[in-house]
Amino acid sequence: MAGLNKTTLLDWYRQMVLIRRFEEKCAELYQQGKIGGFLHLYIGQEATGVGSVAALRPQDHAITAYRDHGLALARGLDPKAIMAEMLGKRTGVSGGKGGSMHLASRELNFWGGYGIVGGHLPLAAGIALKAKYNEEDEVVLCYMGDGATNIGYFHESLNLSAVWDLPVIWLVENNGYGMGTAVDRASGQVELHKRAVGYGMKDGGRVDGMDVIAVYEAISDAARYASKNGPVLMESMTYRFQGHSMGDPERYRSKEEVQRYAAGDPIGKFRQTLVEKYKDVAGELDKIEDAVVATVAEAVEYAENSPAPTYEDLVAHVYAD
Amino acid sequence: MPVMTLIEAVTQAMDEELARDPRVFIVGEDVGARGGVFRATMGLHAKYGSERVVDSPLAELSIVAIGIGAALADLRPICEIQFADFIHPAFNQIVNEAAKMYYRSGEQWNVPMVIRAPYGGGISGALYHSQSVEAFFTHVPGLKVVIPSTPQDAKGLLKSAVRDPNPVLFFEPKKGYRAIKGDVPEGEYTIPIGPARVARSGRDLSVFAYGMMAHYTTIAAEKVAREDGIDAEVIDLRTLLPVDKGAILESVKKTGKALVVHEDTFTMGYGAEVAAIIADEGFNYMDAPVKRLAGPDVPAMPYSHSMQEFFMPNPDKIAAAIRDLAAY
Ligand SMILES: Cc1ncc(C[n+]2csc(CCOP(=O)(O)OP(=O)(O)O)c2C)c(N)n1
Ligand SMILES: [Mg+2]
Repeated sequence: MAGLNKTTLLDWYRQMVLIRRFEEKCAELYQQGKIGGFLHLYIGQEATGVGSVAALRPQDHAITAYRDHGLALARGLDPKAIMAEMLGKRTGVSGGKGGSMHLASRELNFWGGYGIVGGHLPLAAGIALKAKYNEEDEVVLCYMGDGATNIGYFHESLNLSAVWDLPVIWLVENNGYGMGTAVDRASGQVELHKRAVGYGMKDGGRVDGMDVIAVYEAISDAARYASKNGPVLMESMTYRFQGHSMGDPERYRSKEEVQRYAAGDPIGKFRQTLVEKYKDVAGELDKIEDAVVATVAEAVEYAENSPAPTYEDLVAHVYAD
Repeated sequence: MPVMTLIEAVTQAMDEELARDPRVFIVGEDVGARGGVFRATMGLHAKYGSERVVDSPLAELSIVAIGIGAALADLRPICEIQFADFIHPAFNQIVNEAAKMYYRSGEQWNVPMVIRAPYGGGISGALYHSQSVEAFFTHVPGLKVVIPSTPQDAKGLLKSAVRDPNPVLFFEPKKGYRAIKGDVPEGEYTIPIGPARVARSGRDLSVFAYGMMAHYTTIAAEKVAREDGIDAEVIDLRTLLPVDKGAILESVKKTGKALVVHEDTFTMGYGAEVAAIIADEGFNYMDAPVKRLAGPDVPAMPYSHSMQEFFMPNPDKIAAAIRDLAAY
C-alpha cells in the first residue's frame, strides 16, 4: 500500500460501492421492464475494475467488452448519462443508441464496451499503435473475458502487439466462465496468462482480482513495463456473482460455488482492510455508502425524466461530415 | 395437429434428424447442457451426449469451418451461431470455402451442412443482437438461404436443410421464437427448399415477405381485409436463395401490384432483387410501381425502445403500405 493515502483508498471504496449499488438498481429496473435487451452485471468484479482503472493516467486508454458498467463508472463517466443510456434516453452517453453494452467516452479515453466478443482486441492494438506512432507516453489497457481468449482476434492482436512492441496490457478478467462454459472446457492452457510465452511477450502472471490494492499494484507494474517495452498479458482472477446476463438459469455452476465466492466479496474485504488500517473509519464509510445511494437515485431520476430519442435521431449521423 | 412454438419446431427437427442419421451432430457455443442461448437445443445434449451435441469455445470462425471440414468428410454438421450478428467472423469460410467448394473441386466435394442463426430485432438487443444478415449471403451463388416464418415450415425446412447436399444458412426469426405458434403435422415430413408458400391468397395486390415480416404481413393482410376490404395475397418467400421466381411472377400476374417487406435495411436489400425480377420479367403484368417497406438505411438497430420501433416494420406499418399501394 505504499504511496496510497486514505483519500485515495476511500475513493476506491466509493467507486466499488457505486458500481454495486448502480448495478443493483439496474437489475431492479430490468425486472420492471425499464431496461430491456441484455444486461450483464459486473457485480463481484468491482475490485478488478476499480484497481485497474486507478492505475491508469488520464492519457492512458481503456477498452472493454459488453460487461462495461463498472469500468465506465470507475473511469469517471457520469452515472446520470450512463443510467440514461441504460434506459435508452436521448441524454445517454450515446444518445440511447448503444445501451448497456456500448458505453463510451472519448473525452475520458474510455473507448467503450463492445458487443462482439473479442472484436475490440485488434482495435486496442490500433490505439496503441497510435501512441507509438506519435511517440506519446500512453498505455492501452484492454480488458477481455476468459471466453474471449479463444476467438481468433486474440491470436492476431497479441501477436501483432508483440511484433510491433505496442504499449498494451492485455488483461483477462477471468471469472471462470464464458457464458455457461467453464474455462477448462474451452481452453487447453487453463492458465491463460501463460499464453504470453507463445507470443514472445511478457507474462504478467495472475493477480487476485478480488483485492483492489493487489490489482492496482499489478496493473501499475504492467503499465510501467508496457510503456517502455511493449505488451503484457495478465490475468485477474475474479468471479461474477450474478448470472451471465439477466435471466441466466445458471445450470452450469452450483449455489455452493457462488456462495463460496460471495463470502470473499471484494467490497466486504476492502472495507475490512480499511477498518483495520484506519481507526474510526466505519462512520466515514457509512457516509460514503449513503452518498452513493443518493447518487444512484439522482441518476435514475435524471434518466427517467429524460426524453426518448426521435425518428430524426434514428436516421441522423449515418456519416460524419 | 399439435400446436407448438417456432423454436419448439426447430428443436424437434434437430431431434428427429439426430435420431435418423448418426452422421448428424450439432456444434456451437453452449448448445450442450445449457441448451443454447435461446434453448433451441434444450434436451438434446441429455439425449445424444457430448459427442453429438458439442459445446465449442467462443470461436465462430471455427464453429463454421470445422463444420465445413466435417461436411467435406461426410458428416452432417448443424452449426449454431448464437446470434446472426456473430456470423461475420465466419464470413470468409462461408463465402470462400463452403459456397465455392463443389463448383471449384470439379464436383469432387460438396458441403452438406447447416448453419443456424437467430436473426432480427425487436427485442431491445441493440446493434449487435438485432441484425438481419441475409442479403450478405443471398448474393453468394452456391449457398442456400432459408428463413421460415411458421413452426410447420421451420421444422420441415430444417429437416430438408440437414439432408441437403449443399451449405444451407438457416436464419430463424428470434422475435418469433415463442411469439409465433402454429400447427405442426404429426410424424415425419419435410418441406422442400426452394418453393415459396402462398400464406394468404388474394386478388388485389401481392406482398412478398419472409421470417418475422411474413408473420406480420399475414396479420396486416387480415386487418386490411377486415377494415378496408382489400384482398392482399401474401407470399412467404421462405427460401431466399435459390429464388422462387415462378412464385413471384405468378402472383403479380394475378394481382398486378407488388409490395416487398423486410426488416433488413432498404438499399440493396432482398427487396431490390424481388423488384428487379418483377421489372425484368413481370413488367407487362404491373399496374403500379413495385413498393418496398424495409428497415431504414442506418448502420444498425439502436438500443432505445423508441428508435427500435421506428426502425422495425410492424403490422400497422405494413397495413398502411398495403393501403397506399391498393389506392394507387
Ligand atoms: C463473437 C461473439 N460470439 C458470441 C457472443 C455471445 N456471447 C456474449 S458474452 C459470451 C461469453 C463471453 O465470456 P467471457 O469472455 O469470459 O466474458 P464474461 O461474460 O465472463 O465477462 C458469449 C458467448 C458474442 N457476443 N460475440
Ligand atoms: Mg468469463
